[in-house]
Amino acid sequence: MTVDRRKPAAIVGAATFGIGEAPGFTAPDLAARAALAALDEAGLSLSQVDGLFIGLPSDFLSGLSFAEYLGIRPKLTNNNRTGGSAFLTHMNVAAHALAAGEIDIALIAYGSNQRTGAGGLVSAAAPNIYEKPYRIRLPVAAYAMAAGRHMHEFGTTRDHFYAVVKTAREWAMLNPEAYLRKPVSRDEYLGARMVCDPISVLDCCLVTDGAAAIVMVREDWVDNRKAAYLLGFGEATDHYQIAQMPDLTTSAAKYSGQRAFAQAGISPADVDVVELYDAFSINTIMFLEDLGFCKKGEGGDFVASGVTGPGGSLPVNTNGGGLACVHPGMYGLFTVVEAYRQLTGTAYGRQVQGAEIAVAHGNGGFLSSEVTAVLGSAASR
Amino acid sequence: MEATDAIHPDQEFLAFLAQGKFMMQRRRSGGEPFFYPRVAEPGTGSTDLEWVEASGLGTVYATTTVRVRPPEADYNVVVVELDEGPRLLSRVDGVAPAAVVIGMRVKAQIVPFEDRHAIVFAPAAANAEEVVQS
Repeated sequence: MTVDRRKPAAIVGAATFGIGEAPGFTAPDLAARAALAALDEAGLSLSQVDGLFIGLPSDFLSGLSFAEYLGIRPKLTNNNRTGGSAFLTHMNVAAHALAAGEIDIALIAYGSNQRTGAGGLVSAAAPNIYEKPYRIRLPVAAYAMAAGRHMHEFGTTRDHFYAVVKTAREWAMLNPEAYLRKPVSRDEYLGARMVCDPISVLDCCLVTDGAAAIVMVREDWVDNRKAAYLLGFGEATDHYQIAQMPDLTTSAAKYSGQRAFAQAGISPADVDVVELYDAFSINTIMFLEDLGFCKKGEGGDFVASGVTGPGGSLPVNTNGGGLACVHPGMYGLFTVVEAYRQLTGTAYGRQVQGAEIAVAHGNGGFLSSEVTAVLGSAASR
Repeated sequence: MEATDAIHPDQEFLAFLAQGKFMMQRRRSGGEPFFYPRVAEPGTGSTDLEWVEASGLGTVYATTTVRVRPPEADYNVVVVELDEGPRLLSRVDGVAPAAVVIGMRVKAQIVPFEDRHAIVFAPAAANAEEVVQS
């Protein structure tokens, strides 16, 4: 396999903390615990961090506050906010800064106490005069309209959505860290309370506490550390508000995926494991289609066939995802942590044997920001 | 640009609504209408814009029923595609939320909202059964 990115960057440590309920911790407390665990795994010290990337839920200056909290004076901070995909955009900036020699050690972190602290899902979306009169319940209603449109155009059914939810639970049952480790029957699924038709409460991601962090270095710093290399990256946006989305059944993941695969010099068929941002069950179906793992409109049948579950040919969301593992407001960084674990052989009971190429895909806003990272194990290079 | 020439999109849009007019913008030299109002045409940045009245006719492009706890009633939220092309968020009044379906023909109405006005829709035909495939 050839790698086109010069001086590629590698993740050499990844960690989570406080998944589920972590009472008594603030968002920066949680992010700091994950950050220290990731640095510890990488065998690097806090004082070596010279690039800091973060976006805390309700702190728009967290690039500064978190540097102060950690007691570091980074050469570069980045607080880019594109919703839950932000942390994947941070990886790209970190990779370029590492390649340019501006920094040596990048720390990317996120944490939220959304379950025990804030008392519910916090939305950073500001209402405007063109949305406010209609009391659109965001983000759910936006995804509900996409799901309804997908059903209308392609015959996708609630049984397809059930297949997504069921598969996420199956993976979660293999992950001791996951929050929702129990199966879900079809009757239970179909009887669940509707939130915004056709999305029921079981189609929605969890509301949990939790934190994640990764440490990135240039390849000359990898030494004998367990590493996952950034082989390709792509980002795309085509709207912000749901009413402005050009096509409610095709997200900009079509373009972020194409860009990432082209940069990595691979095709979807080369991918061993996929971690994507399943804020709602429709996301899994749409992103598998948009990223090219199946044809447009066939995502429901693809998941229902079982290929994305344990033992399937294309394992998807092997930690249980946002639907069953963890969703502390923004989930993006957790896709990367799980991809790292799969590529470094540290996913234990849910390990995908021989995983060399992983896709981590982040989504932000209302299908508004799509960010795709192709990661490879040491063996992939 | 002269300050007096400047477009104040939200202010002007709301002032038209207060006069009972649903207006959109377009580039003076043959542009397609766009919505929501802006200081410049999206994509080109052209500031040579004019206001044009919308037909108010459109088709439901996407819909959902927002479920709420009683005694409040469930309500509908839609994306309407106007006949002129632009889409906007709104709701369809006059029918049960679950009766609003993709492809339904709708017509705009201007209603009071807080201290201003907003656009909502109602089924276009007296016979609400008239549904057009989008």
